[in-house]
Amino acid sequence: MSAPKPRREVITGPRRDVRRRPPRPVTDEIDDQTGVGRIYLRSLIRTQLRLGLATVALVVVPLVAMPLLFGLWAPVRELQVGPMPLWWFLLGILVYPAILGVGWWYVRQADRNEAQFTDLVEGR
Amino acid sequence: MNVLAAAAIALTALVTIGLAAYSSRLARTTGDFYVASRSVPAWWNASAISGEYLSAASFLGVAGLIMAGGADAVWFPVGYAVGYVLLLALVAAPLRRSGAYTLPDFCEARLRSTGVRLIASALVVLIGWLYVLPQLQGAGLALHTLLGAPVWLGGVLVSVTVLIVIVGGGMRSVTLVQGFQYWLKVVAIMLPVLFLLAAWRADASPSAVSSSAPVFDDRTTVSVENHIAVTVDQPLVLEAAGTVDNQRVDGALTWQAGTHELAAGTTLTFPAGAPVPHLSSLPVLDGQAWSQPLQGGQEHALYRTFALMFALFLGTMGLPHVLVRFYTNPDGRAARKTALTVIALVGLFYLAPSVYGMLGRLYTPELLLTGRTDAVVLLLPQALVGGTAGQWLTALVAAGAAAAFLATATGLTVTVAGVLSQDIVGRKIDDPIVSFRVAAAAAVIVPLLLGLVADTLPLARAVSLAFAVAAATFSPLLLLGIWWRRLTDVGAATGLLVGGVAATVAIVVSTVLPDVNGWPAALLSQPAAWAMPLALATMVIVSRRTAHRITPGVDRIMIRLHTPEAVGVQRTWIARGER
Repeated sequence: MSAPKPRREVITGPRRDVRRRPPRPVTDEIDDQTGVGRIYLRSLIRTQLRLGLATVALVVVPLVAMPLLFGLWAPVRELQVGPMPLWWFLLGILVYPAILGVGWWYVRQADRNEAQFTDLVEGR
Repeated sequence: MNVLAAAAIALTALVTIGLAAYSSRLARTTGDFYVASRSVPAWWNASAISGEYLSAASFLGVAGLIMAGGADAVWFPVGYAVGYVLLLALVAAPLRRSGAYTLPDFCEARLRSTGVRLIASALVVLIGWLYVLPQLQGAGLALHTLLGAPVWLGGVLVSVTVLIVIVGGGMRSVTLVQGFQYWLKVVAIMLPVLFLLAAWRADASPSAVSSSAPVFDDRTTVSVENHIAVTVDQPLVLEAAGTVDNQRVDGALTWQAGTHELAAGTTLTFPAGAPVPHLSSLPVLDGQAWSQPLQGGQEHALYRTFALMFALFLGTMGLPHVLVRFYTNPDGRAARKTALTVIALVGLFYLAPSVYGMLGRLYTPELLLTGRTDAVVLLLPQALVGGTAGQWLTALVAAGAAAAFLATATGLTVTVAGVLSQDIVGRKIDDPIVSFRVAAAAAVIVPLLLGLVADTLPLARAVSLAFAVAAATFSPLLLLGIWWRRLTDVGAATGLLVGGVAATVAIVVSTVLPDVNGWPAALLSQPAAWAMPLALATMVIVSRRTAHRITPGVDRIMIRLHTPEAVGVQRTWIARGER
């Protein structure tokens, strides 16, 4: 009689080359509008809205104050910058570089917010 | 007749037509045009936006209002510039990312509603017409003042030029033409300022601020072209030929303080040093009252100031011809950069009108009598500099004025025609090119006819009415549409209707019934301050009540509006304009 055929043995063990499933990219979370994705997007929108409103306030509040100040408080009307009344210096000249400066600041901040967001969702 | 000025105006029109034809040869299809314009640097795109934006109201009207109204009128140029800060901070990038080409496209894409789209289209046409009207009037005024042409001729010539530009192939607003027109306008308003200030210094720098109310420095003859009433506040001896206070006069005359009526064709001659009678609707202001805010004696001046600020700050973001141009930016970041550059370019331009307004009180005070203060920019170079230099400078400002009304009228007509042909004419005529041409003709003819019958308002004031309607309609729509996901189609439609009807009715009533006084007059003539909050509140309340109609897939829309292009999310939602 022949010797019994050796049984095939299946040797099992943990595979060493296996990789953990990569984490879901946040962009997918945003695309699928999961809870996480929504939170990321809403935080971006809120940040940008806050920045936008701050920019508007920075420009509009001083401008709204101008007619109140000049209308109600006579001494300020007499102030001069060189040969020009203060009012004309502020609203004829200074206002334009001032709003340009605020606009420049806004653009820098908005770009920065977006770059941070991009790093956050792409850079994991 | 000023030959140089006539040549300058004709040349500006010819260069406009030529550049439009040239650039339409470069880009045969609309698609080509967009691709081409996306390789345009931000500063040139910004030049084009500024070129389209600086209209006859800015070039001629602002200086005229400052001359007549003084410190309170500086809000016009300031408001026109500050509007871009709000546009930059709250609208520019998300609007570009929406991919919508026009405001109706944006409404349809954001709210998925053709009903809202139609209301938006009607409002674009209304705002466009309100805005074109003063451009045509400005053209009429310029040609009449400089060349003695009949007042209607300027409007007709502008309409014809605009139609040639559009029908001749420049289907969409042409970046090259508009950019060129910005730089022409800046040079045309800035260069004369240097000469004017030099001549003023040579004249011992008289001050418009510390002086009395305007006087005629020399013996001055003024011809009155329309039937007008003028006010004098002290007895005045003058010579007159024509009809004064319903009596034929030819010779010396003494006026008591009060109002006097002058028939068309009357000629008045004032001795040197005589105070300038003012058109009865203009306040007589001495240098101090003119140079200080809220001293003009107008009722509810503080409200009017704030309401004007409101209309101009918020109206800019709702101007359809301006928003169209943001689509030509490659992405949201570029849209912000463009808006920032526009603030710089527009601000540079607005340094000039105050100088004209101030010098106008000293050197062309007769405009306060005839009421044609809008002509101050055109007349001042001749009156103050004079001679050959004065003639060349007059030709230069004439070219700038022509660029102003041509650029804005072209941009508005293209926008209005686009909307008309897409949503109204296109339903009757199948061929898109024919329907666009029919729409373009309608877009110019209606304001042209309106201009012939309508009583003329000061240019910058007429434009501020278009701003008021824009502020009361598209401004709340854009703000809520971009930043508030719960806006519904019903809410948006109701708000647009409420704001649009309120602002329009107020404007019509205040124009038809000039005799209203007190608060009603102030509220009706400056409606933006209450109509915009009304429209905004309506949109919010109605949207809350119709919460079940929140746009399906609104989160996907919000993703598209707000995520930077560098982030690899899906942008599958396609706006109508991008197909």
